[in-house]
Amino acid sequence: MMNSINRKKMATKLFLHLILILVSISMIFPFLWMLSTSLKSLDQVFLIPPIWIPKPPQWENYLNAWNALPFGNAYLNSLKIALICVIGQLITCSMAAYALAKINFRGKNIIFIAFLATMMVPSQVTMIPTFILYKYIGWIDTHLPLTVPWVLFSAFGVFLIRQFILTLPKELDEAAIIDGANHFVIYTRIILPLIVPVLATLAIFTFMSSWNNFLGPLIYLNSPEKYTVPLLLAQFKGIYITDWTLLMAASTIAIVPVLIVYLLGQRYIIESIALTGIKS
Amino acid sequence: MSKKELKENLWGFGFIAPQLIGFLAFSLFPTVAAIILSCFEWDLVSKPKWVGISNFKYIFFSGESDFPLALKNTVLYILYTIPAQLFLALVFAVILNNVGLKMLYRAIFFLPTITNSVAISLVWTWLLNGDFGIINTLLKSLGIEGPQWLTDPNLVMLSIALMSIWWGVGYYTTIFLAGLQSIPNVYYEAATIDGANAVQKFFKITLPMVSPTTFFVLIMSLINGFQVFDQIYIMTNGGPAKASMSLVFLIYQYGFKDFKMGWAAAVSMVMFAIILTITLVQFKFSNRWVYYER
Repeated sequence: MMNSINRKKMATKLFLHLILILVSISMIFPFLWMLSTSLKSLDQVFLIPPIWIPKPPQWENYLNAWNALPFGNAYLNSLKIALICVIGQLITCSMAAYALAKINFRGKNIIFIAFLATMMVPSQVTMIPTFILYKYIGWIDTHLPLTVPWVLFSAFGVFLIRQFILTLPKELDEAAIIDGANHFVIYTRIILPLIVPVLATLAIFTFMSSWNNFLGPLIYLNSPEKYTVPLLLAQFKGIYITDWTLLMAASTIAIVPVLIVYLLGQRYIIESIALTGIKS
Repeated sequence: MSKKELKENLWGFGFIAPQLIGFLAFSLFPTVAAIILSCFEWDLVSKPKWVGISNFKYIFFSGESDFPLALKNTVLYILYTIPAQLFLALVFAVILNNVGLKMLYRAIFFLPTITNSVAISLVWTWLLNGDFGIINTLLKSLGIEGPQWLTDPNLVMLSIALMSIWWGVGYYTTIFLAGLQSIPNVYYEAATIDGANAVQKFFKITLPMVSPTTFFVLIMSLINGFQVFDQIYIMTNGGPAKASMSLVFLIYQYGFKDFKMGWAAAVSMVMFAIILTITLVQFKFSNRWVYYER
């Protein structure tokens, strides 16, 4: 009796693992096929039945893709923009969150509600007027539209950090106030060290949003030397329309560095992002 | 105001100043400006001309605008993606919550989420290629004649939806899994003692307890669904024959290709209104099915 129940349990577990393995394969498959194609010669691409491991692997596809367009430059641009966004947001969002959580000032509630309300406005609504604004102040074809608004406004970031500050024990900063500390001291010495986990979450989130941003660069940038990785890749597609070996090599070049970072810190990255889902 | 209050106010505004300036300049001002702009005709060269609600009349009723088509395509995309994505994510999360190696599987499922939209859209364009794509090649080896995924007007939205489901399901699985893991085990233990089976536990405990997460995922995926752009731009460029033209694609087309700022703003306003309405309606009806503890 016990034995048959155990056997049934085992069979269920095996079945569930089978489903998960099949899903895992479908998740990894496109990446593997990308890699495989990127190492083929053009005539190997159209072979039927298809081959997985090209002989010999065409490593020069990577060299050709890398040299065809200024990829190194695009990487630096993307990295620079993402880092400015991350560092800037960590500073301004944590300051605003501190004000909303710990300081009693006039209009605080209205500001908080207004910030929350903006989360409902899709970015495409503000896109047209801000484009016109940037045109008039000469920001088109610079990296400023991709950094300054990110640094100066993130309702999501402010909200995320504010909620976290509210969960901290009040005794710490109350004691500091009695000792005569001002808000700058409390913010830098007491609050900042305590909110490192949520700052890391925001950093990951902002970095990924900025790094993957496509519509922004597409609208604002014209000169190839200012392109970000996604935009350069899109341009690549326009040039090598059906050269799938080069296109897949270029895609691999765009994906792999992020993939490595992900594999190193995947647990932390996933948990940070899952956290934003629960907290919001 | 006492001196102390004044000081608090100065500190408060000092700390919030950068974000407040950003809010005014990059959120409040452009939102108001978009409303005003939607009542103007402007090509950025000549003088803007007040046209009242003509832009809205044009996009809705003129028969010349691609707006009704873009709206239809976007709604179709949402209907294809959201139910499937929600269902799969919940099923995957429940399975993951009940087996070993869940961290490994989760890491694999999450993989597509971190890759950028342009690169992954390129890869899928290649996978779905009608003549040489691996998917049709595999189908052929099973004796099935694969369709023209991206060039058949009746199929193109479904193909883009398939790619998007693949791309996003891991993210929502992760969020569901976090929701499931926060359900206290005592509920399940008590149900087991009362003789409940797995199906009963799922419908009576898991589903109600995870409903706040479901609600969040539903709102998020709706908002994301209305904003679909990157995949379409790369995979089909709105084609064939505008069959995959989405709302944001149309905004992009009007604003940055045709320089019809008024039309672009009007479409964005309608999109805003739809998202707002759906979200508010969901919040209103959420108390009927979303269960919050305490």
